[in-house]
Amino acid sequence: MTGAVNKRLDSRPGTAAHLEAPLFTSVDDVSARLAATGYLASPAVATTVFLADRLGKPLLVEGPAGVGKTELAKAVAEVAGARLVRLQCYEGVDESRALYEWNHAKQLLRISAGRDETWDETRTDIFSEEFLLTRPLLTAIRGDEPKVLLIDETDKADVEVEGLLLEVLSDFQVTVPELGTITATRRPFVVLTSNASRELSEALRRRCLFLHIGFPDEELERRIVRLKVPGLDEALATSVVRVVGALRAMDLRKVPSVAETIDWARTLLALGADTLQETVVRETLGVLLKHQDDVLKAAAKLDLDAV
Amino acid sequence: MTAPGVAERLTSLVGALRAHGMRIGTGETVDAAQAVAELGLTDRELLREGLAATLLHGPAQRQVFDPVFDLYFPRGIGAPETGPADRDDLRDRLAAALAADDLALLGRLAAEAVDGFGGYGTAPGSDGWSSYQTLERLRPQTLFARVRDDVRATSGGSGFTDRLLDDEIRRRIEAFRQQVAAEARRRVAERRDRDQLARRAVATTPDRVDFLYAGKDRLAELRRTVQPLARKLATRLAARRRRAARGSIDLRRTLRSSLSTGGVPMKPVLRRRRPVRPELVLLCDVSGSVSGFSDFTMLLVQALHDQFSKVRVFAFVNRIDEVTGLLEHGAADAEGLSARIRAEATLTGWHGSSDYGVALGEFAERYGEAVGPRTTVFVLGDARTNMSDPNLAAVRHIGERARRVYWLNPEPRAQWGTGDSAAPEYAELVEMHECRNARQLGALVGRLLPV
Repeated sequence: MTGAVNKRLDSRPGTAAHLEAPLFTSVDDVSARLAATGYLASPAVATTVFLADRLGKPLLVEGPAGVGKTELAKAVAEVAGARLVRLQCYEGVDESRALYEWNHAKQLLRISAGRDETWDETRTDIFSEEFLLTRPLLTAIRGDEPKVLLIDETDKADVEVEGLLLEVLSDFQVTVPELGTITATRRPFVVLTSNASRELSEALRRRCLFLHIGFPDEELERRIVRLKVPGLDEALATSVVRVVGALRAMDLRKVPSVAETIDWARTLLALGADTLQETVVRETLGVLLKHQDDVLKAAAKLDLDAV
Repeated sequence: MTAPGVAERLTSLVGALRAHGMRIGTGETVDAAQAVAELGLTDRELLREGLAATLLHGPAQRQVFDPVFDLYFPRGIGAPETGPADRDDLRDRLAAALAADDLALLGRLAAEAVDGFGGYGTAPGSDGWSSYQTLERLRPQTLFARVRDDVRATSGGSGFTDRLLDDEIRRRIEAFRQQVAAEARRRVAERRDRDQLARRAVATTPDRVDFLYAGKDRLAELRRTVQPLARKLATRLAARRRRAARGSIDLRRTLRSSLSTGGVPMKPVLRRRRPVRPELVLLCDVSGSVSGFSDFTMLLVQALHDQFSKVRVFAFVNRIDEVTGLLEHGAADAEGLSARIRAEATLTGWHGSSDYGVALGEFAERYGEAVGPRTTVFVLGDARTNMSDPNLAAVRHIGERARRVYWLNPEPRAQWGTGDSAAPEYAELVEMHECRNARQLGALVGRLLPV
C-alpha cells in the first residue's frame, strides 16, 4: 500500500495552514461587519470572534437556548464569504457521519468492472479519492475556498466523538488509514456550540477559545428588537425589553431568551398594540414563558391579576 | 512581543486564578499573551474579554475572573483627579446618575466616594479603604424615592412598565454598591500585596462554597445551579445505565450454547438485566446547622426524580416525618422549602435540637416498610447528636434491609468525631462521605446513585 500512503489529497503537501490574510482588521471591524449582516454583537462576542480569527483557534460558544449561538456562525460565514459546513451532533453520531466513509457499493462495482486487473492495481484504485464520501469534518478542511465549520450542539454527541474532534481541531488534519494524513491547506473558522447539558471534556475546552453568550444588556436588546421587528414603535420596544428584563430577574424555571423577546415583539405588532396594556400582557405572556408555573408566578409578580 | 511588565502581571493573574481552583495550562497563558498582543492595552474592556476568552473554560468561572482582573489590570491608579467630594453634592450627582442609568458615570462616582469616605487609619500598615464605611456614610439606598421621582418626572409615568421601575432602581443601586466594593479592593491592593488579596478577598465559585458557612445569597445562588446540575447528572446516569446494560458474561448460558459448536464458545451470552428502576430514600437532617445542605440535596434529588421508580424523602430534627409531597408541590418555589417543611411536618418533640438516635429509631419503627432490597438510602447530616445515644442498632437494622446505605456529611473529615459528633461510630456501619460543597455533592451523586 506504500504507493497510496504518501498521496495527499490536496496539492500542497507539508505547507503550514493559515497562510491567508485574517478576516478582520480590528474588533470594531468585526462589530461593524457582523452588524451589516443583521447580527448585532456585544463587545464580548466581537472581541472573541476577532481573537479566534487572529489566533486561528476554534471558538466554543455556550449559553442559554435562543441567544444566537448558531446565528453567530452563520453571520461569520456570510461576512467572510465562506461556505458554511455544518455538523449537527446528536446521540450516536459517529465517525462515518462526522468524518468520512468509503462508498462500498461503488467500490464493489469497480471491483467487478475491472476483472482483468491484478489485485494490487484494484486495491490502489478503490481506496482513492473517487470512492471517499466526505462528511462535514473532512469537507471543512479540504479545498482552498474559505469555510466556516459549525459543530452544533456538541454536548449532545457521545464522549467518543470528542476524541475524534481533538485531532481535527488542534492540527486541522484528518488521518485516513488507506490514504494517509490529510492536512488543511486553508484553515476553516470553527465554531462549536453547546447548551451545557453535559460537561465537555477539559481536553476539548483547552483547544478552544471560550465564549459565553448571555442575555444582552438592555440597550443591545432594544437594538436587536428594532432590527428584527422594524415596524415596532420605539417606545413600545423599550417597554418590551424592560418587561423581559424584569422577568429575567425573577426566579423562573425557564427565563425568556432573545428569541422569545423577538417573538413577543412580533406578536404585539400583529395584535396592533401601540402601548403595553395590562390585558395585552396577560394574554400574550405565554409567548414569553413556556411553563404554566412560570406564567402564574410572573403574573402575580407583575400584579396582572389586580385588575 | 509584550512588554516585560505585562508578561509578569499576566502570569500572576493566572497564578491567582489557579489559586481559586481553575485549571489553566501554560498553553492558555501563551494564548492570553497573544491575545494581549493582538488587542493592545488601550481598551480595558476588550482586554478583559480577550483574557476571559483565552483563560476561562466555563461560565461559572467568570464571577471569580472579573474581580481578579480588576485587581491586576486596574481602571486607574491612585485617587481620582477630582478633589475631595462633599457628601450632599456627591449624593445629588449619584441620584442623577442612577436616574440616567449611566454605568460609566456611576463607576467614576464610586471612585470618588471611596476616596472621600472610605479611608480609615492614618499609620501606614493599619490604614486602608473600606467599602462598608463608604456605603454607610453615603447610604445610596436612601436615594431610592428621589431617583424614582426623577425618572417619573422625565419619562412621564408610562403606564404598564411603571411598575417595573422599583426593581430596576434597586438593581441599579446594587450595581453601584458592587462598583464601590471593587473600587475599595483596588485601592487596598495598591497598599497591600495584590496576590494575597486576589486569593482571599475574591469570593470563590458557588460550587466550591462550603454548605455549612454559605450565607443566604450564596445559598440562593446555589439553588439556581440545581437544574443544570441535575441535567448533567441525568446524562451521566443514562451513560452509566447504557454501559451497565451491556452487562457481564453469563458463564452458564455461554457454556450451554457452546455445546452446539462443539464446546467452542463462539458467541458469549450476556447476562440479562431486569429493567427495574431503583428506589431512593432520603433521610435529611433539617436542623439549623445543616439545613442549607439538606435543602440543596433535596432539591437536587427531586430534580432527578424521573430517574427513579420511587423517591421518598423524610426530614428530621429529633422526630421524623415524610415530606415527599411537600417537595413535589414546591418545585417552583425553592426558597420557601425549609420554612414549609418546618411548618407542616412534625419534626420536633419536646425540644428543638437534633437527635439522630431517636429520629433514626422512629424511622426504623414507623417507616420500616419504605426500605426494601431495591432501595438505596441516603442519610444527610453532620451526625452531631447533642450527646444523646446514637442508636446504632437502628442504623444497623436499616442497613440490613436496604440495598445500600450512604451517609453524606457536610463537615470536613477532620472534624468528624470531635465534640458531640458520632460520625466515626456511624461510619463503621455505613459508608460515610465528606460532602462539603456542590462540587463534591455532584461528584458523589453521580458516582453513588444506583443505576
